[in-house]
Amino acid sequence: MSKPIVATTSLAGCFGCHMSILDVDERILDLFDLVEFNKSPIDDIKEFTKMCDIGIIEGGCCNSENVHVLKDFRKNCKILISLGECAIMGGLPAMRNNIPIEECLREAYLDGPSTKGHNPDGIMPNDEELPILLNKVYPCHEVVKIDYYLPGCPPRADLIWNALVALVTGDEMKLPYEVVKFD
Amino acid sequence: MSSNVQSIVEKYGNNANRLMDILHDIHSEKGFVSNGEMKEIALLLNISKVDVEQTLTFYHFFSENPRGKYTIYLNNSLVAEMMGREEVAKTFEKATGTKFGTVSDDGLFGLYDTSCIGMNDQEPAAIINGIVFPRVTTYRVKELIRSFRQGHTVEDMINSYGGGQNQSELVQAMVTNNLNRRGAVIFSDYTPGEGLEKLKSLKPQDIIEEVKNSNIRGRGGAGFPTGLKWDFCSKAEGDERFVLCNADEGEPGTFKDRVILTERPSLMFEGMIIAGYAINAKLGLLYLREEYYYLKKHLEFVLSDFRQKGWLGNNILGIEGFNYDIRIQFGAGAYVCGEESALIESCEGKRGEPRNRPPFPVQVGYLNQQTIINNVESLSSVTKIIANGADWFKSMGTKESSGTKLLSISGDLKYPGTFEVEWGITINEMLEMAGATDVKAVQVGGPSGRLIGPNEFHRTICYEDLPTGGAMIVIGEGRSILDVVMNFMDFFIEESCGSCAPCRYLTVILRNKMKKIIDGKGVASDLDEIVHWGKQMKIANRCGLGQSAANPILTSIENFRHEYEAKIEKGKDFDTEFDLNSAIIESARAVGRFPEA
Amino acid sequence: MSDKVKFKIDGKECVADKGVNLVDAAKQNGIYIPTLCHLEGVKPAGSCRVCNVKINGRFMTACTTPVADGMEVENNTQDIQELRKIIVETLFVSGNHYCPACEKSGCCELQALGYKFTMLVPRFPYAFEPKEVDAESTKLFIDRNRCILCKRCVRSIKSKDGKSIFAIKGRGHNAMINIDHELAAQMTDEEATMAMDNCPVGSILKKERGYYTPIGSRKYDKEPIGSDIEESVII
Repeated sequence: MSKPIVATTSLAGCFGCHMSILDVDERILDLFDLVEFNKSPIDDIKEFTKMCDIGIIEGGCCNSENVHVLKDFRKNCKILISLGECAIMGGLPAMRNNIPIEECLREAYLDGPSTKGHNPDGIMPNDEELPILLNKVYPCHEVVKIDYYLPGCPPRADLIWNALVALVTGDEMKLPYEVVKFD
Repeated sequence: MSSNVQSIVEKYGNNANRLMDILHDIHSEKGFVSNGEMKEIALLLNISKVDVEQTLTFYHFFSENPRGKYTIYLNNSLVAEMMGREEVAKTFEKATGTKFGTVSDDGLFGLYDTSCIGMNDQEPAAIINGIVFPRVTTYRVKELIRSFRQGHTVEDMINSYGGGQNQSELVQAMVTNNLNRRGAVIFSDYTPGEGLEKLKSLKPQDIIEEVKNSNIRGRGGAGFPTGLKWDFCSKAEGDERFVLCNADEGEPGTFKDRVILTERPSLMFEGMIIAGYAINAKLGLLYLREEYYYLKKHLEFVLSDFRQKGWLGNNILGIEGFNYDIRIQFGAGAYVCGEESALIESCEGKRGEPRNRPPFPVQVGYLNQQTIINNVESLSSVTKIIANGADWFKSMGTKESSGTKLLSISGDLKYPGTFEVEWGITINEMLEMAGATDVKAVQVGGPSGRLIGPNEFHRTICYEDLPTGGAMIVIGEGRSILDVVMNFMDFFIEESCGSCAPCRYLTVILRNKMKKIIDGKGVASDLDEIVHWGKQMKIANRCGLGQSAANPILTSIENFRHEYEAKIEKGKDFDTEFDLNSAIIESARAVGRFPEA
Repeated sequence: MSDKVKFKIDGKECVADKGVNLVDAAKQNGIYIPTLCHLEGVKPAGSCRVCNVKINGRFMTACTTPVADGMEVENNTQDIQELRKIIVETLFVSGNHYCPACEKSGCCELQALGYKFTMLVPRFPYAFEPKEVDAESTKLFIDRNRCILCKRCVRSIKSKDGKSIFAIKGRGHNAMINIDHELAAQMTDEEATMAMDNCPVGSILKKERGYYTPIGSRKYDKEPIGSDIEESVII
């Protein structure tokens, strides 16, 4: 049997979850024996080159690009995993969800302590090339279907390891108490 | 310290249990209670300000802020919507220049939604500064607002009187009775005092036995045997006993107590006196919903008449030591206060949150004393039972459901109104009686009851088969069942006291899921989930409101599943309400960019 | 013998003092019934509904039910655990619970129940409703984003002359916790600490305290909630 193909991405996240993937320590070598990586920051493959078995998503959706990438992952991966609090519930970026987006933008570019008085033309980033912000940060499963969830901020390396092993071997995933955490 | 607040608080003996009355009095003078006044009240009652605030903010008709010189509460019950509420609401907004939930910039108009005000037989209906305006049309809205702008008072705009006591000098209401059928118990011939007369020759325990023997069960909906309740209470140990009459009638679609309160208040008050005699109480409270404030003078007149006749006061009817009086306690807009223990809390000046049981009110009730709480219709029936005997009462109805029942029938039919029928009538007969044809469904017992379809119209209205508190909403062919359910869910969300976690928010989750299905974004699993989650409501919550809040969903899926399935997306196992274009529109506007295609 | 009652929980014979509530009675017998609003020694509220059990076939909250002779209680059944999990998930999505940024994380009872029920993701959509933070008091922050309206503070924290420092404001899903600033200003440091400790979540925080216990040694880092009462409570 050929090796399962894994893709990963970080949407509105801090890359901490990816760091935690690396935190499996020397098992990273086993990991590369077990799976093949496709589109991922880990191997720097920028576009999908084939259909993948497992897509790992870090971060929620805070802008239009996140949505496009997430939908692309859904299209190109048989199984999608929300990795970490941001993918699962928006995480810290979602703390802006209670503030109207216009207020957020004003605070960032016009009225904030570092911008007040320095932006006399009232310019806000508005280039065709720039992704556009969503009204709030969305958990991934509110945008596309997600198959599995691995909580944590970041998820413990052992949790990620257990999940990948279970997916590859088809065995039931182990969820020891100490590794299922929301922080 | 303003002398006004002080004199009001003193009027109620600086008693924190009279907080509802204190807040009512301040409201009736200026329409809201300010932060400063809350502090004053707290100081005078020796409680903390947050305690005053927690009662004030619980009730829909109380406010911390001004709600306009003319405060308009427009009913948003299902039947109001069926009768054209939307156009009326839009016209109100246009004419006043303000949106629902806000006050116009000039402070003239406050516009608010309100849950069923007990006028389902004459919708759309509104309450403006305490006066009920039934059968409101867009024409009427324009006329009202124009006249108010010209300086007319709300009283000036009363342009007709309903029949019966509605046109008495003490009521002068536009409300009509629509008493479409008089039966043998409540609306039969009646001479005030005919029940009380019997007390002279009966001992309290004889009364309880007679009531027990009549097999009467609570008319509010729960159907607990009235005599048994009285028996428990009279035997419970304690110093003081109370009679509470539940005139909160908040179940959307019910309005039959309104007709009793208008046309037969003496019958009800007699029942309260008989109950007081039976359990040896000193005080009875009539807990009256604020929506019926227009009946205040009328009811108080009956009470003062009773006092003059020696039917209230000391040594009533010459019975040595039978001292008893009745007071009216107003609510302030909270459906949950129809739940008996929430009603007690409200009478004590608190938030209307249902209590944990046990103990039951007969053991620990009003002011922690032994208390019975009976529905207006139950107590009115008791007067006739005592006057005419239990056997007479039992000769009507079915084996387990004796006597008559008042039905409030509204919705898609020719003759909406109150009907007194013997228990045992079928739904089909009821529909024929009230002139309803082409009926798709009947909501039996209001939103907390059951939504039934034609396959159940053969069932009989009685405790053995289809029990009900009397609210019957007729839903004609051509109506969407899902829209009906949405209205009911919004009602439960609005009226949840918020104490139990599932009732506070699972209701919102269920409503949102309904919305997803209605919007055509539902998949098959959504339907399974909504049923599974809805079932949790039944077991998870403390009181009847929370336990039945998912009934509209559950019973409609049971009986009208095809209407849901018609909305469900075929061949999809996942869909979401997420829409990129609507998600980016706000920030696109903020930065001056057009949304991506 | 009359001051003891015999009853059964999931078939296990139990004995407890007459009159105690079922949560405490179960505890006396080494059985954990999950709770959130319950606080030993304080009048039960029965509002979180997490302690729902089936008593003689009827669902009731254990914290408000005095134990009685012959009671047959179902506690650890699939249906009941599912109901509890749904309630916990409801609380997660109705508030704004950013565990990674919460001072109470690791010691939070709501979070601990999330762990206990292996909640990987709440099944309901997040509400993300704006809630006010009240920082006006000299000693306390009230972060309503995290409040689960258990009313522990309302019931257990009073002023010296017995007045309410905390109360509820509004109703239904707009209900929120309210603090009397004048009375709160008179609280001692000990009382403020007690208010914080009695809060099952991170809604009441003592000012100038912040993060306290290192990750790894917090209350629920290693052992599930209820481990002090019964062993192997992992479902």
